[in-house]
Amino acid sequence: MSGFPILTLLTALPLIGAAIALGAGRRARGVALVTALVSLALALAVWTQLPADGSIGLVERAAWAPSLGIEYRLGVDGLGALMLALSAIVTLMSVDAAHRVHLQPGLYFALVLALEAGLFGSFTALNFFHWFLFWELSLIPAFFLIKLWGGARRGPAAMQFFVYTMAGSAALLVAFLAMFAATGSMDFPHLTLLASSGELEQTVTAHLGPVMVWLTLGVLAGFAVKVPMAPFHTWLPAAYAEAPSPVTMLLTGAMSKMGVYGLLRIAIPLFGPQIAQIRTPLLVLAAITVVMGAWSAAAQKDLKRVFAYLSVNHLGYCLLGIFALAVPGTDAATRLSQAAALNGAVLQMFNHGLTAATLFWFVAILQQRTGGHRGIDNFGGLRKPAPVLCGLMGIALFSSLGLPGLNGFVGEFLIFRGVFPLAWVAATVSVLGLLVTAAAILTVIEKVFWGPVAEHCAGFPDLHGGERLALAPAIGLMFLLGVLPRLVLDSVNPTVTNLLAHWRF
Amino acid sequence: MLAWTIYLSFAGALAEALLPKGRNALARRLALAVTVGGLALAVAGFAAGMGQERTVLVDLPWVPSMGIHYLLAADGISRALVLLAGLAAVAGVLFSWNIELRTNEFFAFYLALIGGVYGVFLSFDLFLLFVFYEIAIVPKYFLIAIWGSTRREYAAMKLALYSFAGSAMVLIGLLAAYATAGSHSTGLIELAHAGLPASFQMRCFPLVFTGFAILAGMWPFHTWAPTGHVAAPTAASMLLAGVVMKLGAYGCLRVGIALFPRGLDPWGFSFAGIGSWRDVFAALAAIGIVYGALVALAQSDLKFVVGYSSVSHMGFVLLGLMTLNGIGVTGAVLQMFSHGILAGLLFAIVGRIVYERTHTRQLAELETMHLSSKLPFAAWAFAIAGVASMGLPGFSGFVAELQVLVGAWKANPWWTVAAGAGIAVGVAYTWRAAQKAFFGDAPPNPRLHEHGREFAAITWPEVTGAVMLTGVSLFVGLYPKALLDAIEPAVKALLAGGGQ
Repeated sequence: MSGFPILTLLTALPLIGAAIALGAGRRARGVALVTALVSLALALAVWTQLPADGSIGLVERAAWAPSLGIEYRLGVDGLGALMLALSAIVTLMSVDAAHRVHLQPGLYFALVLALEAGLFGSFTALNFFHWFLFWELSLIPAFFLIKLWGGARRGPAAMQFFVYTMAGSAALLVAFLAMFAATGSMDFPHLTLLASSGELEQTVTAHLGPVMVWLTLGVLAGFAVKVPMAPFHTWLPAAYAEAPSPVTMLLTGAMSKMGVYGLLRIAIPLFGPQIAQIRTPLLVLAAITVVMGAWSAAAQKDLKRVFAYLSVNHLGYCLLGIFALAVPGTDAATRLSQAAALNGAVLQMFNHGLTAATLFWFVAILQQRTGGHRGIDNFGGLRKPAPVLCGLMGIALFSSLGLPGLNGFVGEFLIFRGVFPLAWVAATVSVLGLLVTAAAILTVIEKVFWGPVAEHCAGFPDLHGGERLALAPAIGLMFLLGVLPRLVLDSVNPTVTNLLAHWRF
Repeated sequence: MLAWTIYLSFAGALAEALLPKGRNALARRLALAVTVGGLALAVAGFAAGMGQERTVLVDLPWVPSMGIHYLLAADGISRALVLLAGLAAVAGVLFSWNIELRTNEFFAFYLALIGGVYGVFLSFDLFLLFVFYEIAIVPKYFLIAIWGSTRREYAAMKLALYSFAGSAMVLIGLLAAYATAGSHSTGLIELAHAGLPASFQMRCFPLVFTGFAILAGMWPFHTWAPTGHVAAPTAASMLLAGVVMKLGAYGCLRVGIALFPRGLDPWGFSFAGIGSWRDVFAALAAIGIVYGALVALAQSDLKFVVGYSSVSHMGFVLLGLMTLNGIGVTGAVLQMFSHGILAGLLFAIVGRIVYERTHTRQLAELETMHLSSKLPFAAWAFAIAGVASMGLPGFSGFVAELQVLVGAWKANPWWTVAAGAGIAVGVAYTWRAAQKAFFGDAPPNPRLHEHGREFAAITWPEVTGAVMLTGVSLFVGLYPKALLDAIEPAVKALLAGGGQ
C-alpha cells in the first residue's frame, strides 16, 4: 500500500501526545489516555491492511543518509502488526492503571508515551540504524520511569536495568557496524536476502576474517538481556519489582517483546546457520530459563517478584520455540514443526504481554488499596471483601497457568507441538516448568484469596464500576483468544510461512 | 444432540456465576434444571445412538494450520459414559441441596466440571480432548479448596498437582505421537491410522497410560484419591469418584490403548513373569484391587473406607482394560458406569446423609449411635449400595466385575486370582463398615450425648437421589443388555484396530 504513511503517523502520534502531556500538568493522564486510544485504533487499522501473503506491507521509504546505507524504511508483516497492537493495548492498560501519579504527572505520562513511540518505531523499522534509534529511545524513558517513580531501592534497580541493556545494545551495535563495514548495508530485508543465499557469511568472512560467530554472539547477547534469557536475567526481578506497577506492565508486557522480536527479525534471519551450530547450548539455556523461572516464582514472597519470574518462565517458552526451530532440513515434517513452534512463539508473545500486563495491573490495584503492600503473606481472605477482584484476577492467573479455554494455553501448546519433534529433551525438561508454574500460581491463589481475612484487607473495597469496565476488555480478550485463536493465527500463520521460507539454517 | 450437554452445562455455569448473591434457592433449582436437561439430552442421545457406530456430532476447523479440529463424536462407549455423567450430575445436585455457603459459585464450578467431563467423553480430537481434560481439573480444585473439609487446602493442591503431572505426561506422549506420525491432523482416528512404529508405541504407551491412570487412581499413584475424596464436599466427592476418575480410565482406553495398541506387545524378554507393559499395568491394577481393599478394611473413618474402596474398584477397570479382549474391556467400561453410580451413592450417604447429621465419620463414634434405628433410610441405602458394590448378583457391579474376571481369566488366570482375593476383602470391609457405622451395638457414649438427640428427617432430594442411583444400578444389573448393546460393538471396533 502506497500513499498514506500510516506507520509514520503511528510512531509520531505518541511523541506529539508526549509533548502535549508534558505541559498539561494534572490533565496529562487524560491526554495520555486519548493518545493511547487513538494509537490503538491506528494499530488495529494497520492490522486490517496487512498483505494476505504474509509479506511485509505498508512500506514507506525515503532517503535519509544514503552514504551511510541508512534509509528511512518502515513496514510491517503479521508479526510486526501483532506487536504494534500489543504495544498499543499494553500502553493503554498502563495509562489506565496509573491512577495516582502525584509527582510530576506531566513528565510521567510524557515518558510513557515516548516509550510507546519507541516501541512502535522499533516494531516497524526495517533498517538497523532506524531500529536502533528507537530501541534506545524506549530505554531512556523506561530508565527514568523506574528511577523517578520507583520503589525504595529504585536507584540501583534502574541503574542495573540500564547498564545491562546498554551492554547488550553495545554488543548489537558493534555487530552491525561490522556487517556494515563488510556489506555496506544496514537494511534488514537486504541483509536477510544476502544471508539466505549464504553471501552474507562469505562477504563478512572475506572482509573481516572468521568473525561471524562473534557477531552472532554479540547480537544474541543484546537480545538475551532484553528478553531475558538465563543467565542474563538478573536485572529483571529488581527492575520489575522496583518500577511502579503500571511501568512494570510496560516493561514486561511490551518491552520484553522487543527482545523476542529482535531474535525473529534480526538474529535468526541473519545468523541462521551460526545459531543452528550453537543450538544445543542455546536450548539448554532456554530450558533453564523456563524451569528456573518457574522454581524462582514458586519461591518468591513478593507478588511482583512472583509475576516477574513467571514472565521469565513464559518468555522462556518463546526462546525454546525459536531456538528449537533453528535446524537445517526442509522436509515437510520439519517444516510443519517449525511452523508450529514459530506460530506458538508469536502467539505466546502476544498472550504473555496481555496476561502479564493484566497481572501487574492487579498488583497496582492491590498496592493502591492497602498502602503499598504486595507481599503474598500480607494478604489473605481477599475473596470475602473483594469477590469480583479475586474472580477476575483468578482468570488472569489461570491464563498465566495455561489453562485451556484461556489464551495462554494455545501458544504454549503450539510451541510444545513444534519443539517436541525438533528437540524432545528440551521440550520434556520444559514440561516440568508447566508443573511448577501451576504450583506457584495455585499458591498465590490460596494465600491471597483464601484463609482468614488479613488485618489490612478488612475494609478492602472491591473493584468499582470504572475499574471493572477497564479490566473487562483484557479479561474478555483472554477468553476470546483462548476459544478462537484463529483471530490472531489467521494473520500470523502466513507471516510465519513467509518468514520460514526466507530463513536459512 | 449430545454436544448440547456440553454447551448447556457451561451456559449453566455462567448463569450461576452471574446470579446475584443470596438467591440460594434459585441457584439450586437452576443447577437441577441444567443437570436434568443434560441428563435428558444424554438419555435421548443414548437412545438415538442405539445400533449406530461412531457418529460425528460437530466438525469445525479450529486451528487449521495445525490440523486441529473442533471434533465431537460419539460411539457406544462415549454414549454410555455421557449417560453416567448425566446421572451423576443430577444426583450430585440433589445431594448438595443443603449447601448454603456461596451456593451459586458452588454450582458454577460444579456445572463447569460437568461440562468438561461431557467434553472429554465426546472429543475425538486429541487437542480438544486435552483441553476438556484440563478444564475439568480446575473446578475440582476450587470445589475442594473452598467447600471441602479435612485438610482441604492440602488435598486440593495435592489433587491438582497429581492431575497436572498426569496431564504433563499425557501431553509429552501426545506430542511425541503427533510428531512421529507426521500427521497433519490431531484427530484420534487419523492418528490411530497413522501406523506409528511399534518400537515408538512401546515407549510412548506407558507414558500416556500412566498419565491418564493417575487420575483413575492406579496404584501407586492413587494417594491423591482418598485424601481428595475425604476433603471434598459431598457433591464433589461424588463427582470425583463417580466421573472424574472415569476420565482417567477413559483416557487410558480411548487414547492409550487405541493409539498405541502395539505398546502392549511383549518386550521379548521377561523378568519375574512380567514380559510386557500389559503385564506391568495388570499387576499394578491387581495390586490396587487388593491393596485398596485391605486399606479400606483398616480405616477408622467411614469416608476413607469408601475412598479406598474406589481405588480397589478402579483397579477392576484397569485390569479389565489390560485383558485386551472384548469381554474384559466391555466389563471395564461397564464397571466404570457401575462404580460411577455406586461410589456416588456411597459418598452421598456417608458425606451428606450421615455426616451432616452426626457430624462425625469415625466408625468408633458412629458405632455408639445406633443409626439403623435412628436413620433407617441411611442404613438400608448403605447396605444396598454396599452389597451392590461388593458385587451382589442383580446389581450392576456383579455384571461388570464378572465380565472383567472372565476376561482376565482368558488373559491370565493369576490376574483372576488376585482380583478374586480383592472381592473377598471387599465383602469384608463393606460388612465391617456397615456393621460398625449403622448396625453397631456399642453402649451410647456419654461424651457424644449431644448426638443422642433426634436427627433431622431425611429430605426429598436425598430420597430422590438415593432411589434414582439404586434404581439405575438395579436396572443395569437386571438388564445389562441395555448398556452392553451400546458398549460391546464400540469396544470390539476399538480393539479391532483402526482406532474406533
